[in-house]
Amino acid sequence: MADRLSAALAALPERLGWHVALSASALALGLSIALPLGIAAARSPRLKWISLATAGLVQTIPSLALLALFYPVLLLLSGLATKVLGHGFPALGFLPSLLALTLYSMLPILRNAAAGVSGVDPAVVEAARGVGMTDRQRLWRVELPLAAPVIMAGVRTAAVWTIGAATLSTPVGQTSLGDYIFSGLQTEDWVAVLVGCAASAGLALIVDGLLGLIEAGVARRDGRRLWAGGAGLAIGLLAAIAPLAGAALSQGRPTYVIGAKNFSEQYILAELMAGKLEARGASVQRRVNLGSAVAYRALASGEIDAYVDYSGTLWANVLNRTDNPGRQAVRDGLRTELKARDGVVLLSALGFENAYALAMRRDRAEQLGVKTLADLATKAPDLVMGGDLEFFSRPEWAAVVKAYGLSFKAKRQFQPTFMYRALASREADVISAFSSDGRIAADDLVLLGDPKGALPPYDAVILVSPKRAGDRRLLDALTPLGGSIDVKAMQAANYAVDRDTGKKSPAEAAAQLVR
Amino acid sequence: MTEAIVLDQVSKTYGGRAVLAPTSLTITKGRFVALVGGSGAGKTTLLKLMNGLSVPSAGRVLLDGADIAAKPGPELRRGIGYVFQEIGLFPHMTVGQNIGVTPELLGWPADEIAARTDELLDLVALPREIAGRAPSQLSGGQRQRVGVARALAARPAILLMDEPFGALDPVTRAALADDVRALHERLRLTTVMVTHDVGEALLLADEVVVMANGQVLAQAPPCALLAGHSDPVVAQLIAAPRRQAERLAELARG
Repeated sequence: MADRLSAALAALPERLGWHVALSASALALGLSIALPLGIAAARSPRLKWISLATAGLVQTIPSLALLALFYPVLLLLSGLATKVLGHGFPALGFLPSLLALTLYSMLPILRNAAAGVSGVDPAVVEAARGVGMTDRQRLWRVELPLAAPVIMAGVRTAAVWTIGAATLSTPVGQTSLGDYIFSGLQTEDWVAVLVGCAASAGLALIVDGLLGLIEAGVARRDGRRLWAGGAGLAIGLLAAIAPLAGAALSQGRPTYVIGAKNFSEQYILAELMAGKLEARGASVQRRVNLGSAVAYRALASGEIDAYVDYSGTLWANVLNRTDNPGRQAVRDGLRTELKARDGVVLLSALGFENAYALAMRRDRAEQLGVKTLADLATKAPDLVMGGDLEFFSRPEWAAVVKAYGLSFKAKRQFQPTFMYRALASREADVISAFSSDGRIAADDLVLLGDPKGALPPYDAVILVSPKRAGDRRLLDALTPLGGSIDVKAMQAANYAVDRDTGKKSPAEAAAQLVR
Repeated sequence: MTEAIVLDQVSKTYGGRAVLAPTSLTITKGRFVALVGGSGAGKTTLLKLMNGLSVPSAGRVLLDGADIAAKPGPELRRGIGYVFQEIGLFPHMTVGQNIGVTPELLGWPADEIAARTDELLDLVALPREIAGRAPSQLSGGQRQRVGVARALAARPAILLMDEPFGALDPVTRAALADDVRALHERLRLTTVMVTHDVGEALLLADEVVVMANGQVLAQAPPCALLAGHSDPVVAQLIAAPRRQAERLAELARG
């Protein structure tokens, strides 16, 4: 408990620093767009209607989806920029997070600016014209000072929203306090989840308090409060981002970027690869918790240098194949097609498979007499199927349904951790498990056979980005990992990270994996 | 030249509705002119045309012989005093800052503005120490005195007032009206005042302009109007305060 807390706190300066830098930039950008727009909207009913409707619409998009949507858009733009200007820009990490959060921060500022300015007493506005003020003077000397308390209230709301939503920038590869929450949820490290929530909530409360001080200063024309709030914000901002600047100065740019998707095995394998590179003196940055589809595209565009993916996943989702020609044919097909299409190098297979497989509790399977997917087909109408968040939209699910004619009473989606819990608590009868998951052995689950071969093989393979295809240091460090991990070893390592007691960090598990 | 303000066939329509029929009017320099009439008569519209707060749909407005359309609105208004019915003091500024706002827009040096503020507070019979207070700390009568001081700050030759005493109680109202008339004499202003109180207009003004339904029906000195007018609307408007005055005189005689 105490060591998990201290491990979590060790990462705090970096995560908090990025969280603050991201939220502050998004808020500043949002303010610089929404404030003029809100003022203009106060003058034009049509603009007011259009801008508020648009901002309101953006607000209804779930923030996670908004963040995720910016990645493909930026990737496309970056591709265009590369073609036209010969220079792309990173589509992952800070930029998509910044843009999505900026959009997200705009509504309260826009709404309050428009309401604040149009709410100024018409007699005072007329007096401003009467004493000879120009439109600009009237805005700066009369309307804005009188609307300032209302505008500040909008900025406060926007700040709290932005700080909260910034935790969702983790899946697009931006370090934030969300790293605690996403990783902690995955490895059931509740200490980390709590640290992430507490830090984010604490930050929001402090910023809200300081902005409240500024708001009161503006409303009561009290210079002392105004200065205290402003100074507090400035000092806090500098203190929070100082560690980032320090790190940037002392380390320079990391040589390699290792990616990982959002589950324990990926964290462990990323640590394993990073460790091998660091042992050869390279500096390595880890970008974990990438969305499944994001990871491959990030690799193809060179934003990460290497990560581990699974042959069946690439086969179905990247090459859009629904057939299953067999283990070796899939690997050979991937090696040539990924190279030809994206320049991506399939370096080597690690030696284990992390297959999608349908799993049941042993007692339940024996009671129903289900050993294979073919047996399951007759019982399925009375059973509840639990899938991870992407399973039901993956081609593998469609293939299984088609091959065996499966039709369940109900389908439910879970975050993987809770999917295993649902099976234990009988809220689901069958789940989409991963064959290398340590919980299969620990929870005594049975994997159902696939006699028709509907599910492709899922060999874990190291992928290397096109720009590192000839990088000797990287290739020399990672190639020896080929064939070095069997499924038992991977299951044990995964379980060491996922279990409730005696938990290990992904780095510790990685160190044990290749002893 | 003795014509301070000339309206030449000005008219005003809002969304297709005529609020002011084509009107010509001349106001002589140094006069105190009252615009009277019921609500919707077009008095305020006519007043706002004189300093460009409202732009005529047709016709010209000449100040000292020059068409005001040739001058940018803000620049024009800095040279004309304007007192609002709702007073319209800036609530986020002190009394002193309110009074000094037009001189400040004109770029006067700070010490000159401060001296002028003191001078104006004396002129409108307010203690100098209220310069540092917020408008919300003043009484209604004090606030409108500040409104008058603000209008006069940049030494305008023309003072326009829109129902300046409308929101005040009768005693405050009479005192302020007398003071404004005295200021008019002392500063040799040309003053145009909108009011719906015909009695007040007859007592204060050198000349009364009677309006109804967006048209000027009469322009004459008070005594001429009291002597009777051919237009029935004008005659009716004048009859009420005259009858009141006669009955008050009878009562006073006992």
